[in-house]
Amino acid sequence: MRRFTWFNATSLTLGFAFLYIPMIILIIYSFNASKLVTVWAGFSTRWYGELLQNEAFLSAAWVTIKVAVASSTIATVLGTMAAYILIRGGRFWGRTLFSGMIYAPLVMPEVITGLSLLLLFIGIGLDRGILTIVLAHTTFSMCFVSVVVSSRLVNFDRSLEEAALDLGCSPFEAFRLVTLPIIAPAVISGWLLAFTLSLDDLVIASFTAGPSATTLPIKIFSSIRLGVSPEINALSTILIVIVTIGVITASLVSKRASLRMQAEERAAVRN
Amino acid sequence: MRRLVLIAVPYLWLLALFLIPFLIVLKISLSDTALAIPPYTPTLDLGAGWAGVKAFFTGLDFENFWFLTTDELYWKAYLSSLQIALLSTIMTLMVGYPIAYGMAQARDEWRPTLMLLVILPFWTSFLIRVYAWMGILSREGLLNQFLLWTGVTNEPLTILNTDTAVYIGIVYTYLPFMVLPIYAALEKLDESLLEAAEDLGCSRASAFWLVTVPLSKSGIIAGCFLVFIPALGEFVIPSLLGGSQTLMIGKVLWEEFFNNRDWPVASAVAVILLLILIIPIILFQRNEQKQREAEG
Repeated sequence: MRRFTWFNATSLTLGFAFLYIPMIILIIYSFNASKLVTVWAGFSTRWYGELLQNEAFLSAAWVTIKVAVASSTIATVLGTMAAYILIRGGRFWGRTLFSGMIYAPLVMPEVITGLSLLLLFIGIGLDRGILTIVLAHTTFSMCFVSVVVSSRLVNFDRSLEEAALDLGCSPFEAFRLVTLPIIAPAVISGWLLAFTLSLDDLVIASFTAGPSATTLPIKIFSSIRLGVSPEINALSTILIVIVTIGVITASLVSKRASLRMQAEERAAVRN
Repeated sequence: MRRLVLIAVPYLWLLALFLIPFLIVLKISLSDTALAIPPYTPTLDLGAGWAGVKAFFTGLDFENFWFLTTDELYWKAYLSSLQIALLSTIMTLMVGYPIAYGMAQARDEWRPTLMLLVILPFWTSFLIRVYAWMGILSREGLLNQFLLWTGVTNEPLTILNTDTAVYIGIVYTYLPFMVLPIYAALEKLDESLLEAAEDLGCSRASAFWLVTVPLSKSGIIAGCFLVFIPALGEFVIPSLLGGSQTLMIGKVLWEEFFNNRDWPVASAVAVILLLILIIPIILFQRNEQKQREAEG
């Protein structure tokens, strides 16, 4: 009954053209020899060379990576704990408040999250810098991690954990030996999501970063506010290429893993 | 004991870095602006004991909220944010539904690739995707070059720094959030229902409106909220693509805080924005809950 019509083909073509043409134009114009972004003046890799010499961008990129690695790692630990408590923890005092605090940051406007964290940091006299950005990013991305991990925890067979407990595992061993390997794909995608959210964030970082620490999005934002520049096109192209490679690799790896799992299941049934 | 630690660590983290900061915003929104560090009054003086606490609470009032209602800049900004968020959500739905529908009709072996093509922009930096439009929409930009070349217009159009550019930016950046939930709903659709509808004399078009659309309702609702909620508080798109006349509350809050350094008013703006968002957020949660129950 599924029929792929002309209408479907047209809407997919137009839809993907709309999604991709702006990025393709951006990439093409990063190889433009002219400083005017909108006038084509021949092929050149000049802007990539200038980008690599730009100390301000390089140090901002380094700060961004440090913040993203630190915040996504802490967020993955805290988010996995939170998911485990929500799904397996049973009843405890203030559970409703806890699940509310897990879900609320997902829909909270970034300007409000940023403002409230800044006011907290000022209130307790914490100097703004890398530490405050890491604290801020960890807080909102742990909620995303916990949503991703809890959807995996809901779907898996609880009797596996119970069997491990019956066979003499301590709860911690059961978690480490049984639960963790099963939820591992979700934990990894949670980490990747947290990492990307941190790399990408402008608004919360602008509120919580001090003059001593500038992240790449803050730097990009302050430079494109003044208009388009070929150097930013070059930087964007590099970032787009990295993300594309990352996403395609991740999808190939997960596809292979699921094929292997299917093969193992078939073999197990045959035996 | 271990269980207690497991609960306490994320719990305390969220209390300290989510709930308490929000209570601080609430408190500062009830304070008065002052030429001091921090730039508001009263501040809680615990050293003064009970008298200090009492003086603190009597110093709080709703003055900033009164101020927001008297200055038309603010309620105009709220109304125009609501309008922009609502219209762009409808536009995203109209662009996104045919894409999701086309994906659901496509052959099984194409689906992972189509899925990847929708997800890829979602992982790419938001800022870069907004920036890509700045070069296209400007007066000397590619769109105007194209329109002049084809002879559609004789003069370059001003699109960048207008509300039109803001709508384009929101539809573009939030499109994956609309397509994915609708696709998820359409993919689960039982095709024998459509066959039954056609056997019973429905035309293809009326089968689509009477069967497919109602059965993808949960996906449509989820997609609309996923676009509407963040669009309402959007800051990046109006400040890069919008003009000086584009009023959006996220931008007003930012300027109130960073340019005017008026913390109490910025906090009051934030509190009201949150009050406006509570209704769609509760509706969204209820839709998700219903869907989970329907699946479980």
